[in-house]
Amino acid sequence: MAFVDDLGAALDKTPGGGIILTSLDALIDWSRGKSLWMMPMGTACCAMELIAASFARFDFDRHGSIPRPDPRHTDVMVVAGTITRKMEPAVKRLWEQMPEPKWCIAMGNCAVSGGIFYYDTYSVVRGVDEFLPVDVYISGCPPRPEALQDAILRLREKVSAESIVPSRAKPVKSILPQPGDPRKGDIAAEGGEPS
Amino acid sequence: MTQTSTSDVTPDTAETQPTGTEPTETVMETVVNIGPSHPSTHGVCRVVVHLDGEVITHCEPIIGHLHRGIEKMAENRTYLQVVPLTDRLDYVGSMYANWAYCRAVERLAGIRVPERAEYIRVIVCELQRIASHMMGIGSTGADTGAFTAFMYTFAQREKVVELFELLCGARLTYNYVRPGGVSRDLPDGWVEQCRAFTAQHPSAMLEIDDLLLGNVIARARLKGVGVLTQVDAVAWGTSGPIARGSGVDWDLRRDDPYSVYPRFDFSVPLGDNGDSYDRARVRVWECVESCRIINQALDQLEPGSVQAEGLPRLLAPRPGDAYDHIESARGSLGVYLVSDGSPRLYRMKVRSPAFCNLAVLPLLAKGHTLSDLVVILGSLDPVFGEVDR
Ligand code: SF4
Repeated sequence: MAFVDDLGAALDKTPGGGIILTSLDALIDWSRGKSLWMMPMGTACCAMELIAASFARFDFDRHGSIPRPDPRHTDVMVVAGTITRKMEPAVKRLWEQMPEPKWCIAMGNCAVSGGIFYYDTYSVVRGVDEFLPVDVYISGCPPRPEALQDAILRLREKVSAESIVPSRAKPVKSILPQPGDPRKGDIAAEGGEPS
Repeated sequence: MTQTSTSDVTPDTAETQPTGTEPTETVMETVVNIGPSHPSTHGVCRVVVHLDGEVITHCEPIIGHLHRGIEKMAENRTYLQVVPLTDRLDYVGSMYANWAYCRAVERLAGIRVPERAEYIRVIVCELQRIASHMMGIGSTGADTGAFTAFMYTFAQREKVVELFELLCGARLTYNYVRPGGVSRDLPDGWVEQCRAFTAQHPSAMLEIDDLLLGNVIARARLKGVGVLTQVDAVAWGTSGPIARGSGVDWDLRRDDPYSVYPRFDFSVPLGDNGDSYDRARVRVWECVESCRIINQALDQLEPGSVQAEGLPRLLAPRPGDAYDHIESARGSLGVYLVSDGSPRLYRMKVRSPAFCNLAVLPLLAKGHTLSDLVVILGSLDPVFGEVDR
């Protein structure tokens, strides 16, 4: 990617380069977003829903998300299932084998936080974000295949905001509440008078 | 695809030194590591394979990558809180672990289950057997390169999952069978939908049988691969379709009858050669037999209560222990409970059929090529949630 980085940096400085860069970004983001090949890191129960997602009824191939077991072919790692301490090095290693740019989806409560195995157990990693940069979290035990579909679409939004020049990337609004956000039902924030 | 895993943790392609002092004949042994994340290991299993050329001289499954400590966690839960944990044991067939655990609790606490609840349990567990075998048969197809069959079996599986979803709202982790009965009664129209499924399923099974096991290529890949003799099947403690594929006539539903199974008329399919083909064949015919059981159970279903009356919210059985086992899709699944009189379990031990069945892998794989290892492992149909617990 060094060539692309150099090209991007050079274009950014050239007068009029911004126009080329915008179209280039649009093309690259479109092609990346429409072919997010998945690395199915299915370890436990959630893997069943991951399999179901790419099969007859839900048919993920139409989103361009094809599961490939080889990390070197893939763009997005879907961590579906419980990650134990014994499994952690393997997941980390697979992640390192994936070429840049890469994204990560944490599917299911176990991958998000340890889920049902958060308390009282000695062998489970409490969330895959302890060692991987997660882009999209899906809650559920297990999440439905539709939820995974939604996650892929959200990830596509995120991908489409990226640029080959890091400073030009558009910020993506997180759908999670941020600190300082008005709370729903907060009368003062909605313009009403506190009684 | 089966050469070396792209995801090995320890890439140990080592060559051992030729044994003996005479350098006349060199024995080159290659050690290949498959897994723990490999599409053909059906979960997180690592297999270390010793090869002479392409022939397996020895192989060793390394398990524990999904050890979540469920048995230990159960010691910190009340009797009712353990039920969702048992869902996560065998996640391809959650209802079985639910039922085996609940039977052990009922035996421990002396709870009588209403008849309707027993019938519902039989129906959901036979449906679960179909769902689980659909996964097993489909992955046998995928391992031999017949991926299309997987699509057909999964379409059938989705229909069962839909029935379960109507029943308890969950697609995979049902938490439906509870100590003393089941969590809720059948919803309106469920019986008709279930009948529609059982009417259509046997013909779909014939189609899948024809498509997959009637295929010349699949036959060539499956027949004579991974032969488990009848003596070995008994000696290694295998059960379920693995043992029955080798001709061991043992099915807990018939030989140690539990629940309302003695009231049904069904047969136990057996294989003759004990190879991967027979194991797949047994699964196919078990699905058809399950449909027969479900139909009979639906005919005999009477209205009534689905939960035992007067059950305390917090169970605290008298000190003692209890063991109960049922025939799950993978074999005889047993749960052993020890109570010390408090509302929490003292100890839970799961006798997992998948664990015992996986133990025969080195025996079966010896002398076969590396590509056959995938087929053999697939035909054992292990679920690693249950192997590692
Ligand atoms: S989130 Fe639930 S369904 Fe998914 S792997 Fe964890 S326990 Fe299993």
